[in-house]
Amino acid sequence: MATTATGTSAYTYDHGPAHVDDRPFIRKYIFSTDHKIIGIQFLLMSLTFLLLGGTLAMVMRWQLGFPGKPLPGGTLLPETYTNNGVVLPEFYNSAVTMHGTFMVFFAIMPLLVGVFGNYLIPLKIGAPDMAFPRINMASFWTAVPAGLLMLAGFFVEGGSAAAGWTSYAPLSARSDLTGVHLGQIFWCLSLIILGLSSIMGSFNYITTVINMRAPGMNWFRLPLSIWALFVTACLVLLAIPVLSGAAILLLFDQTIGTHFFDPQAGGQPLLWQHLFWFFGHPEVYILILPAMGMASDIIANGARKPIFGYTSMVLAIIAIGFLGWGVWGHHMFQSGMNPTLGTTFMISTLLISVPSAIKTFNWLGTIWQGNITFHVPMLHALAFVSMFVIGGLSGVFMAASPFDIYIHDTYFIVAHLHYVLFGGSLFAIFAAVTYWYPKMFGRMMSPFWGRVHFWLTLVFYNCTFFPMHQLGLHGHMRRIYDPTQYAFLREMQPVNQFISISAFCLFATQLIFAANFIGSWFKGEKAPDNPWLDNGLEWTLPSPPPHGNFATVPTVYRGPYEYSSPHSDLDYLPQNVPMPGGAGAPHPQPAGD
Amino acid sequence: MAHAAAMHEDVMLPPSSRAAGAGVYNEKLGMWIFLGSEVMFFTALIGTYVILRFAHPDAWVGHPRTTPLNIPVTAVNTFLLICSSVTMVKAFAAAQDGIQRSLRLWLLATAMIGATFVGVQVYEYTHLIEKGFVPSEGLFGSTFYTMTGFHGFHVTIGVICMTYVTIKAFRGKYSQTDHRGVEVIGLYWHFVDLVWIILFTIVYLI
Repeated sequence: MATTATGTSAYTYDHGPAHVDDRPFIRKYIFSTDHKIIGIQFLLMSLTFLLLGGTLAMVMRWQLGFPGKPLPGGTLLPETYTNNGVVLPEFYNSAVTMHGTFMVFFAIMPLLVGVFGNYLIPLKIGAPDMAFPRINMASFWTAVPAGLLMLAGFFVEGGSAAAGWTSYAPLSARSDLTGVHLGQIFWCLSLIILGLSSIMGSFNYITTVINMRAPGMNWFRLPLSIWALFVTACLVLLAIPVLSGAAILLLFDQTIGTHFFDPQAGGQPLLWQHLFWFFGHPEVYILILPAMGMASDIIANGARKPIFGYTSMVLAIIAIGFLGWGVWGHHMFQSGMNPTLGTTFMISTLLISVPSAIKTFNWLGTIWQGNITFHVPMLHALAFVSMFVIGGLSGVFMAASPFDIYIHDTYFIVAHLHYVLFGGSLFAIFAAVTYWYPKMFGRMMSPFWGRVHFWLTLVFYNCTFFPMHQLGLHGHMRRIYDPTQYAFLREMQPVNQFISISAFCLFATQLIFAANFIGSWFKGEKAPDNPWLDNGLEWTLPSPPPHGNFATVPTVYRGPYEYSSPHSDLDYLPQNVPMPGGAGAPHPQPAGD
Repeated sequence: MAHAAAMHEDVMLPPSSRAAGAGVYNEKLGMWIFLGSEVMFFTALIGTYVILRFAHPDAWVGHPRTTPLNIPVTAVNTFLLICSSVTMVKAFAAAQDGIQRSLRLWLLATAMIGATFVGVQVYEYTHLIEKGFVPSEGLFGSTFYTMTGFHGFHVTIGVICMTYVTIKAFRGKYSQTDHRGVEVIGLYWHFVDLVWIILFTIVYLI
């Protein structure tokens, strides 16, 4: 890291804390209104859920790779989960459901929106905090009980929800079909509470970005991460209430005997699918747009070049956010949909590949002939682009309804969604966590272990998910307890075993990241203010920034991507430096408060 | 947040030390954005109602003649809620003019009319349930209780917040230059009123 960790640069300056924080511990770190603390709280919560969701995936992979063999440690689980250590079908269904639910709602979404929305927005736009700091605190403290409630499903009679993360009705609406009653109710309640948390977060972010930008930080000087988080917040704001509404209807079906989704009493099971995917498809972009935005920041930094086509990047983010509303039907090609309507959804879905491709070409244009610094965040960001391309291309396959009918609900879908969610979102999250870790905790993560983690993850990740395409084309169902029950799948069992072993290695590799994360918090090298020589406003602050962020409101003179600037003796030009004149350029002095 | 407040010179205007924002203060902008979210929530419920009713018109057979609903009582209730929007407008006008006495009275009137609306709705529910019209009573019962129930829930939240604002007004916390609380609760109140006009039309009248 000798090339990046050069200590204080010419553009950083020592100023006193913006705000002496003398509140007691509980107000400072537990019930804090400081957006940075809330971001870190979300980070710890969602990494915990990431680990839990990953553990459930290991249970599934054990059962799929070695059906009928006792799960290691399985005898420790209660009898309702395992029989002599062998995973029971009911527990397998629970594991599938909760893996998806944890990963989507309690890991990836809070990691992207909760963590980086909170941490980055005020710092990057030059604001002292969010527009509504107390609502921000409430947002975190409603997410926690939602998570605990979801977890509590495992400890009640009948076990946790088992109707898949999509909870298709009537399977989810009638407890006699799955044998799960309380668990499914908890699932609905938990998502309704989490919805409140998300809505409180999102209108806070939107208000903050619109109203709290520092002077000179006009819309087209915003970092792409902020643009992406802004559009994502708009999607969260408008999509989550639809899920809340649907979850409320489902909850009523389970508890007070309404018949929204029960066909025997006139209800419409397809209505659930429409409501769910009307939320669910914007949700897909909620899970990828912030990843794209943060990867853009990191790629420009690593390539030491201005981002290629900033304006087209912004327009592509907006276009994806807009088009994302008109494509939900592509999840339902097999639901007996009118083929004309299916074609409409197919075309609207294919349209989204245009802005996505624009972004991909712009990332390539950014690294083209760049003097690339392969720091750990950059490695992850480059992996994000490559894996997103694979996931995006298989997405184009699935958008075409004739092909989708063939691979619908097979492992091809599982492969695709993990290429965009793990290969896309999670690599970008690793990039972002390693990139902003020094700012968050004031210490550097170990670059050596970072590289070890990155390369092992990249290899095992591809070994795990790439063969799933092959399984899917062979007809391997998406949700199946024991694939060896079918003769045509038995010959694919070696592939399943290969996937399972790769998945175990992938999981073990993540423990390296966990150890690096925790170890560096206590023992890491002290981080300089600007370890990556980035132009963003947050890097002008000490690591970690004080409560209240900026001693004086910064003035912004340009966009955040002025790398290799001919106006600067250094190879970068921070946003708040007034005159391009090299290292000796006058720096705005804090005027005192 | 003392440092945030320090940057606000005139709190009714966007802070001058910031880039040009939306031209309104944070609380008002935040409420408008939040109402966007509420629109989507009620759209989900109303959309569900429309789809189910088109799919199964027989579940609403005879409606409105054989309906268990007492439309005249609810019509009066609707009128009351619209009146509370008028009193809300008067309260905001009084706040803008800085007339403390009428601000307090109009706010109090709004909160009380809102509470009356909720009370009438509870009365309506108890009568319907006595008649055997319960949430599990087919699609009509399911949609009726869900939609009117969530609207009633929103009015209840509104009454609680309105009471808080009224207490603040009686303590003289709103001035001619800073009455953000009154304006923001007003936005919410008018929204909830508007939703009721739609719900009353599609659930009771059509």
